[in-house]
Amino acid sequence: MAEETITLNVTRYRPGEDRAPRTQAYSVPYRKDWVVLDALNHIKDQIDGTLTYRWSCRMGVCGSCGMMVNGVPKLTCAAFLRDYYPKEIQVEPLANFPIIRDLVIDMSDFLDKLKSVKPWIIRKTEKPTAQGEYLQTPAQLEAYKQFTQCINCMLCYAACPVYGLEPEFLGPAAIALGYRYNVDSRDEGNEQRRGVMGSHEGVWQCTFVGECTEVCPKHVDPAAAIQRSKLDEATGWLKSVLLPWGGR
Amino acid sequence: MTTKNIEPLWWVLFSAGGVVAAFLVPIHVILFGFAVPFGLIADTGRIYSHWLVKLYLFVLISLPLYHWAHRFLFTLVDTGLKGLRRPLAFLCYGTAIAGTLITAWVLLQI
Amino acid sequence: MSAVRPDKSKLYYPKMPSAWWLRRLSYFLFMMRELSSVFIALFLVIYLAQIHQLTKGPGAYVAFAQKFQSPGWIAFHVVVLAFALYHTYTWFASSAVVMPLKIGDRFIPQNAVVLLNIAAWVVVSTVIAALFMMFQG
Repeated sequence: MAEETITLNVTRYRPGEDRAPRTQAYSVPYRKDWVVLDALNHIKDQIDGTLTYRWSCRMGVCGSCGMMVNGVPKLTCAAFLRDYYPKEIQVEPLANFPIIRDLVIDMSDFLDKLKSVKPWIIRKTEKPTAQGEYLQTPAQLEAYKQFTQCINCMLCYAACPVYGLEPEFLGPAAIALGYRYNVDSRDEGNEQRRGVMGSHEGVWQCTFVGECTEVCPKHVDPAAAIQRSKLDEATGWLKSVLLPWGGR
Repeated sequence: MTTKNIEPLWWVLFSAGGVVAAFLVPIHVILFGFAVPFGLIADTGRIYSHWLVKLYLFVLISLPLYHWAHRFLFTLVDTGLKGLRRPLAFLCYGTAIAGTLITAWVLLQI
Repeated sequence: MSAVRPDKSKLYYPKMPSAWWLRRLSYFLFMMRELSSVFIALFLVIYLAQIHQLTKGPGAYVAFAQKFQSPGWIAFHVVVLAFALYHTYTWFASSAVVMPLKIGDRFIPQNAVVLLNIAAWVVVSTVIAALFMMFQG
């Protein structure tokens, strides 16, 4: 019985051997319930064990399997073959990142940037445990909850042309993370984050293309976080200029 | 603590210019580009002597110049001219400032 | 435990092409949005040039405006209007994201904010057109 198949054109790159990435075509069985990750796992198990890529939970919560599918940043565990069949599928490593091998990119810059926004609750004075927990109203939670949903999949960095052109840009996920803490009512760390968030490489390099929000699989809306951060920074700046004697 | 960064200033002016351009420019294009040339409306320009109108025209013309300057600067940088950022910034914002001064000068003359 | 960093000498660094904005429709529309600022500024500078004619008397002002009847200028203003309207729409969509509005405790949905802005824009435009018709004749 002839099985339906679909072709995946996958980027291959061997560090130290290849000068540049090349494409290798693989023919995999077409199953209606398969995602691109299933196809990659089939290739590695049955066809070519040298294919290298990252994956883990296969259900859209770990953020490991981000790749370019037909030029669009996607979680390969969420990209169904049936949405592309019968056309061929291009699978490339996540854009705007250096390539280590095949579909694996170097995420050290991303990790450095996440750390740079001090993603933890910063207090001017710590509250002793005996005084109990920090209370938050539902409205206070709503102010930042959406921005806690980031799974660090880096699809937003792959979609952002500014990050592609200017790699020093802090980027959508890192700024959204900084914003998440800046608007958390328990946090008092805006000042400490300002040097990073308020620099040119911080929020100001963003030109609100909006593609980051378009590709985010968890609906974090990093573009909104960045623009609101710009507004917060600008308001603070105006206050410091027009009311220099006032406390911030 | 003030950020030494002056970018918030350009962004505020960019935003103000964007609001002015969004609300006011289309109708002015319709009036001057089509309604008057097609003879639907007469236009003698006599209302421009009123100080309120001059103030309105100053805001209408000068603020969107900062909107253009900021956006155009970023467009140039994002199409590969990143190394020229400083001179380009000087040119763009400088043009907007010059435009503001010229607009004020023209409006004070009429 | 410190993370293991990849050997940077063997990494492949992909280059972003200068025509990156032609590769996707969303990038192209973004670039058009950015370009709208050029046409808006151009229009306003030409408008200023016409206003400047008033220093030479009302006759010069009207004479200057005659040129806008030519097909070339009409075509120019069609392009300007298209970009100006595109700016207006994208600006309202952007400002709904930057400044979410609240009624009491609840957020107004972003689509509603855009529609409110459009309604305000229609009102403002009508007022300006009415004032112009009343006083410029």
